[in-house]
Amino acid sequence: MEPFTAHTGVGVPLRRSNVDTDQIIPAVYLKRVSRTGFEDGLFSAWRNDPDFVLNRPEYAAGTVLVAGPDFGTGSSREHAVWALMDYGFRVVISPRFGDIFRGNSGKAGLLAARVDEKVVQRLWDFLEDNPGGVITVDLESRTVRAGDGLDAIEDSFDIDDYTRWRLLEGLDDIGITLGHEDDIATFEATRPSFKPTTIRA
Amino acid sequence: MSNTSPRTLAEKVWDEHVVRAVPGEPDLLYIDLHLIHEVTSPQAFEGLRLSGRTVRRPDLTIATEDHNVPTLDWDKPIQDPVSRTQVETLRTNAAEFGVRLHPLGDLDQGIVHVVGPQLGLTQPGMTIVCGDSHTSTHGAFGAIAFGIGTSEVEHVLATQTLPQAKPKTMAVTINGSLPDGVTAKDLVLTLIAHTGTGGGQGYIVEYRGQAIEELSMEGRMTVCNMSIEWGAKAGLIAPDQKTFDYIEGRPEAPKGADWDAAVAYWKTLVTDDDAVYDEEIVFDAATMTPFVTWGTNPGQGVPLGASVPSPDDFDDAQDRVAAEKALQYMGLEARTPMRDIKVDTVFVGSCTNGRIEDLRAAAAIVKGRHVDQDTRLLVVPGSVRVRLQAEDEGLDVIFKEAGAEWRGAGCSMCLGMNPDTLEPGERSASTSNRNFEGRQGKGGRTHLVSVPVAAATAIRGTLSSPADLDPVSTGSQEA
Repeated sequence: MEPFTAHTGVGVPLRRSNVDTDQIIPAVYLKRVSRTGFEDGLFSAWRNDPDFVLNRPEYAAGTVLVAGPDFGTGSSREHAVWALMDYGFRVVISPRFGDIFRGNSGKAGLLAARVDEKVVQRLWDFLEDNPGGVITVDLESRTVRAGDGLDAIEDSFDIDDYTRWRLLEGLDDIGITLGHEDDIATFEATRPSFKPTTIRA
Repeated sequence: MSNTSPRTLAEKVWDEHVVRAVPGEPDLLYIDLHLIHEVTSPQAFEGLRLSGRTVRRPDLTIATEDHNVPTLDWDKPIQDPVSRTQVETLRTNAAEFGVRLHPLGDLDQGIVHVVGPQLGLTQPGMTIVCGDSHTSTHGAFGAIAFGIGTSEVEHVLATQTLPQAKPKTMAVTINGSLPDGVTAKDLVLTLIAHTGTGGGQGYIVEYRGQAIEELSMEGRMTVCNMSIEWGAKAGLIAPDQKTFDYIEGRPEAPKGADWDAAVAYWKTLVTDDDAVYDEEIVFDAATMTPFVTWGTNPGQGVPLGASVPSPDDFDDAQDRVAAEKALQYMGLEARTPMRDIKVDTVFVGSCTNGRIEDLRAAAAIVKGRHVDQDTRLLVVPGSVRVRLQAEDEGLDVIFKEAGAEWRGAGCSMCLGMNPDTLEPGERSASTSNRNFEGRQGKGGRTHLVSVPVAAATAIRGTLSSPADLDPVSTGSQEA
């Protein structure tokens, strides 16, 4: 995974709450066995609407999605994260994320930044007043910034310490865990014999 | 934490599985059982292959085919080439990595969350994961069970562990008894309408109280299944004699001395009297009624006897906008009585309501009646074993005589990855778990309902409960 320290890019206002993972990418796109190329499925139902935000040229280069509360609820499909990243997004900002989506983001290298609902409102207003405007998200200092002068927006975002550290370092989880192989083997030796197995010895 | 201080059920099961705990890092949690299906696993196996890793514990891993599989012609090659490739990829991966697989055509094939309990692999006190958010179903046995993404699937395959921050605990206490005709599904839909889709976030939830104790294992699975729909990390229920009776004698249940040791341990899996939950909510079962959704998330529900709400009913601006969008998508007018809503398709099935008890309940209602002429009723057993059991009991004949379609096992119209989908604008009453936009097919409109409401709706053609049906006039063979 590439290390993530800070990112500055075009913000895209998605004025919706409860954007579940079926909206982010419908199940029909989940039949593939590849790990890339899911950008065509991103918000596919909404992209039929010419007025949908991603169809507007000002936001074509968008890399920071700003969404309402409960983004990424529902299905566990990591394809939702892959679709966002394949499309070009590096950051999603929302007041609240679905748990599994937030976990998947951290694994795949998409920054899920949790901010106060008022900050989302201000970012939406800023992006709609300044289409193509950029947002800076700094993972080191956990801050989100947009605009200049008196109306500049600067606020903090939440992300758990462990995910932040892994993103900053670009670390592979499995590699970290395999470093604790001895602990796993010791634990396994203590498991009771009545626990089920799927393959009989 | 000392093991002698009072603990909740979730804390006991969690503590029992911590491989490594270091301040400032998530706990490294051991996984007792990893369930695999074709949709969320191919990229995980490919990751193992690319990094030269193996499956650490194939003997704690089991796979089946469920999301993509056709429910008609299941003995023929899958027609959709993309679905076929995905299913074949699972077969190749299972063979290469030594994972037990129950493929289409096998007696133990079915929805992964129906197959686990049915085989007796789902047991109290376990940690169970699967690349599917409805893994919470297995919590009905007093296990910590939760859905994971594909990166985590790969992690569990490689290490049999997961780094996990310890969630907070919540008790949902349902006092009293559910009235006649009110089911586990109504209970959980009522709960979600109260909490919203994010209310359980960050918590492992323990469902308790008289109404929960009185539920069958199937009903408990229905409740735990929908834990994710209000955002909970997992939902569980303390095991009791019903749990033990359900497991005993199943193919992978402990036997002999192991059974005694297991039951002795399982009996310790209760929340201590003095344990404290981080949060607690309480409901009165006696006030619950058949409950159905009107909108596009599982929290947008009302009693069947109520009307479609108006956006003006909501104080919160976001809720108001969400309601407007939902009504538009669902093609509904505010204030329409729910019972007046005409339904094109009724789906009985899924990991929420596709077990034998559900099919029996549906059959008891349609028996001697006929499905409305403008409505189709699709009955999809959760597993091959459920299908065969139902056929042994003659339920398939009852369904077919009533004009229903009797299908093979799989996820089917719950998410429409196989050919069972809604057409744009088509309206369903579905015993499944999600009414998201397009969930059952692009442009499809879903109302989540209980099994009795689904069956009665199929007969009347509008959202209905069994109490709305005319009595069966003649030909009934039962007293």
